[in-house]
Amino acid sequence: MTFQVQTEGDVTVVAVEGQLIVGNRQELKQTVLDALEAGSRQFLIDFAGTGYIDSSGLGVLVSLSKKIREHGGELRLANLNDDLRSLFELTKLDTLFQISKSREEAQASF
Amino acid sequence: MDSHSRAPDEGPPGGFRPEYRTELPADVERIPDLLEELVRRGRAAGFPARRLRFNFRVGVCEALANAMRHGASEEDASVRVEAAFSAARIEVTVTDPGGGFDPSRVPDPTTPENLTLSTGRGVFLIRKLMDRVEYNAVGNSLRMVLYARGGPAGEAK
Repeated sequence: MTFQVQTEGDVTVVAVEGQLIVGNRQELKQTVLDALEAGSRQFLIDFAGTGYIDSSGLGVLVSLSKKIREHGGELRLANLNDDLRSLFELTKLDTLFQISKSREEAQASF
Repeated sequence: MDSHSRAPDEGPPGGFRPEYRTELPADVERIPDLLEELVRRGRAAGFPARRLRFNFRVGVCEALANAMRHGASEEDASVRVEAAFSAARIEVTVTDPGGGFDPSRVPDPTTPENLTLSTGRGVFLIRKLMDRVEYNAVGNSLRMVLYARGGPAGEAK
C-alpha cells in the first residue's frame, strides 16, 4: 500500500493506493498524526485507489478518527467502493465515520 | 450462522479432504500472496467472483491474521492452511500452534461501547462473511466454508 498526502485548502487529503491491510498501516497512521501535530484539523482519506481493507486497517481508521476528534478536528472518508461500503456497514462503522461519495462532496461538507 | 464443533481431537474440525496445503511462516506480510493463490484456485474452480473477492478474501485474511497474531508468537512458528475448491463451495482450515481461545467469548464489536475500539473485529467478520465457521475444541483450528449460493438453504450473505 502506498499513499499520497496533499493539502487542499484547509484539508489534508490522504489518497490510499493498494490494500490497507495487516502490516502496512503504521506509516499511514503516523503521517496523519504528524499532520495533526502540525495543526491540521480537517482530514479526508480517499479510497479511490484501493478496494480492500482488513479489520486492522479499520482499526487504524477508528483510532485516527478518535485522535482527530480529540483535537477538535474532523475526518471524512471518500470513494469507498461496494466492497468497502459493505465492510463499513457490516461492522456498523458507517455510523462512526462521515462517508462521502466523492472528494468534492467531502470537501463541501467540512 | 456458525456452529462450534466440540470435537475431542485436537486437529481441524470436520472431515473435508483438502487438495491444497501449505505451512505459512507466521509473518503477516505473507498473507496477501497466499490470498492471491487461494483466490486464483477458487476462480479456476469456477467459484463466483464477487464472493471470492469479498467474502472469501476478507474471511480468510482475518483468519490468517488472527492465527498469526494470537496463535503463532514463537520464533519460527507457522500456520497450516488447507483448502478444497469447487464451483459450489470452498473450504479452508487454518490451524495455529497456539493454546487456542474460546470463540464464544468474543465480544460484539458493533455495540456502542465497542464500536470505538480499534481491535476486535476479526472473528466477527469471519462469522458474518463465511457460511459455516467451526472451531475445534481447543480453539486453535478454524474451518470455514463458503457456498457459491450462500448458506446450505441457499440464502446468500
